[in-house]
Amino acid sequence: MKQKQDETLTLNVFTEGLWRENPVFVMLLGMCPVLAVSNTGFNALAMGLATTFVLVTSGAIVSLLRNIIPKQARIATYIIIIATFVTIVDYLIQAISLELYNALGAFIQLIVVNCIILGRAEAYASRQRLVKTVINALGMGAGFTLALLCLGIVREVLGAGSLFGIDLFGPRFEPWVIMILPAGGFIVLSLLLLGFNWINQRISARKEETGTHHAAG
Amino acid sequence: MQPDSLSFIFLNAALINNFVLALFLGLCPFLGVSAKLETAVPMGLATCFVMLVSSVCAYGINLILTSFHIEFLRLIAYIAVIASAAQLVEMILKKFMPGLFRALGIYLPLITTNCAILGLALFQTFKQYDFVQSLTYAIGAGAGFTLAITIMAGLRERTELANVPNVAKGAALSLMIAGLLSLSFMGFAGLGGSL
Amino acid sequence: MTNQNEEQSPQKTPTLPMIAVLGGVAMLSGFLVVLVFQLTKPYIAENQRRATQEAVSKVIPDAVVQKQFLIADGEISPFDKDKKGLSIFAGYDAGGALLGIAAPANAQGYADMITLLYGYDHTCECIRGIRILKMAETPGLGDMIKLDPQFQKNFVRLDASLNKEGSALKNPIVTVKHGAKKNNWEIDAISGATISSRAVGKALNKSAQMLLPKLRPHLPTLRSGQPDLAKIK
Repeated sequence: MKQKQDETLTLNVFTEGLWRENPVFVMLLGMCPVLAVSNTGFNALAMGLATTFVLVTSGAIVSLLRNIIPKQARIATYIIIIATFVTIVDYLIQAISLELYNALGAFIQLIVVNCIILGRAEAYASRQRLVKTVINALGMGAGFTLALLCLGIVREVLGAGSLFGIDLFGPRFEPWVIMILPAGGFIVLSLLLLGFNWINQRISARKEETGTHHAAG
Repeated sequence: MQPDSLSFIFLNAALINNFVLALFLGLCPFLGVSAKLETAVPMGLATCFVMLVSSVCAYGINLILTSFHIEFLRLIAYIAVIASAAQLVEMILKKFMPGLFRALGIYLPLITTNCAILGLALFQTFKQYDFVQSLTYAIGAGAGFTLAITIMAGLRERTELANVPNVAKGAALSLMIAGLLSLSFMGFAGLGGSL
Repeated sequence: MTNQNEEQSPQKTPTLPMIAVLGGVAMLSGFLVVLVFQLTKPYIAENQRRATQEAVSKVIPDAVVQKQFLIADGEISPFDKDKKGLSIFAGYDAGGALLGIAAPANAQGYADMITLLYGYDHTCECIRGIRILKMAETPGLGDMIKLDPQFQKNFVRLDASLNKEGSALKNPIVTVKHGAKKNNWEIDAISGATISSRAVGKALNKSAQMLLPKLRPHLPTLRSGQPDLAKIK
C-alpha cells in the first residue's frame, strides 16, 4: 500500500512542473532568459537543458545538506551553490560548442539569478529528501524547457522560416522579422499566456459543469 | 558620437539598448512591481542605487580576480557582492529613511535576483570599461530601467479602467504592453551612430 | 519536547556552525569549479583555436600555415596574449610563401559593435575579403552585411594602398551610397542598411590606417616567417 502511494507521489512530483505549476506560464518565474534566448528553437532547447542541469544539481546538493544549513545563512548558501553549478555549466558549454556559447551569451551566467532555481531551493529542496527533489527538479526543468521551446519554435518558424536550422519554406519566404526582435518575444509570450489561460478556463468550466450535473443528478 | 564617449555609453544603456526592453534584463520586478506608479518609481530608484554600488564593487573585484588569474570565480564573487550591496541598501534605508524602507517592503530583497544588476556587472566586464565608463554605464542602465518601469506603471494604471477580457488579464496584458513599448524603443536605435 | 530543541538553536546564536557551514560550502564550491575549469580548459582552447583558424582561412584562402604575430612599439614578435599591441595573422602556402595578412577590426554598428576579420594582400596592397565575426544588427536588414553576396563583392579587391611616405592610406576607405561606387577604395552600401554598411567601412578604414603603415617595414620579416631571428628596430 505504502509503495503505491510513493509511486503516485513520484509521478505527480514530476508532472506538476509541466503543467499545473509550470514555472513560466503559471508562476511567471524566470522570464528574462525565456524571452532573450528563445529566438531560435536550438537556443531555447540548449538554455532549457542548461537550466535543468543547474536545477537538478543545485537542488540535489541543497537537499543533501538541508539538515546542516543553518536557517539564517540559508539564502547565501543556496546562492553560492547555485553560482557554482552555473559556472560549471558555463565552462561545459564553452567546451562543447563555442558557437552555442556565443549564441546564448551572458544568459548562461544569468541562470544564477533565475528566480526558479532559488525559489525551488527555498520552497522544496530544503524540505524534501534527495530523490523527490531531483525528480521535481527534472519536472520543473522540463516545464521550463517546454515553455522555452514553445516560444523558440514559433519565433524561429515565423521569424526566420526555419526549424532548428532546417529551412522550411524556401527562399521566397518573407520572414516576419519582428518575431526575432525583443518586441516579438514579448508579444508571442503574451499570446501563449493568453492561450494557456484560455485552456485552463475551459478545463475548470468543464469541471464545474460535470460537478453541477452530479449535484443535480 | 564616439562609441567610447561617456555620453554614448549613457545613451546606449538608457535608450538604445535599454536593459528591460531590448536586453530582457530585470523582467521579474518590471512585471511584478509596475502595477502602480507609487511603487514603480521607488523601485526604479532603489535599483539604480544598487546598480551603482554593484558596478563599483564589481570593477574592484574584477581587478583583484584578474591579477590573481582566478577569473573562474567571477560569477560567485559578483553574486555575493550584489547580495551584500542589496543588503547594505536595505540597512541604510532602514536607518536613514524608514518611511521609504517601509514603502518598498519586500521589493528590496528582490533586487538581489534582479538579472539587470548581475547583467550590468557582467556586461561592463565583457566590454572592458574602465572605472568612469563603468559608472556611466551603471547610471545609464539605472536610468533606463527606471524610465521603462515608470512608463509601464503609467500604462498599466490606465488599463485598470479598461474592459479587459478575462483570459488576457494580468501577465498576458502586461507582456503585450511591454512588447509595444519595446517596439517603440526600437526607434532609438542608431541614435549615436551617424557619421 | 521538540519545541525545546527548536528554540535552542536561535538562542545559541550559532555563529560558529554558520560560518563553518558557509566556509565548508564555499570550499567545496571552489574545489568543484577549479576541477571543471581545469578539465575543460584544453577543450575550450581547442575550440577557440579552431574558430580563429577557420575565420583566417576564409579571408586568406589557400593558406596552409597560419602564424599569429604582435606588432608593438615598432617591433614584431610572436603573439603573446599578455602583451598589448596590434595582433595580426600571417597566412603561408605550402612552400612557405606569404599569401597575406589577416587582422581584426571593429566599429559601432546600428545596434551594437560589429567585429570583423579582413584579409590584406601585400602584393596588390588591397583587401581581399572580410568575415564578420560578431554583430547584433537587425535581422533581414543590417545583418545582410554578412549574407548579401553583392556586398561581399566590394571586398574582392578593395584598394588599401599606402601613400608615398607610407604614413597613411592614399585614399581612405569609405562607404558610399548604394550604386554610387566609382573607385576601388569605396564600398557600395546595402540599400536599407546604410548604418551597418558604414560601420564596416569605418572599421576597415580605422584598422587599415592604424595597421598598414606599421606593417610595411615588417613585411620582409613576415615573408621569412621568423620574427625572432630578424628583429628590426
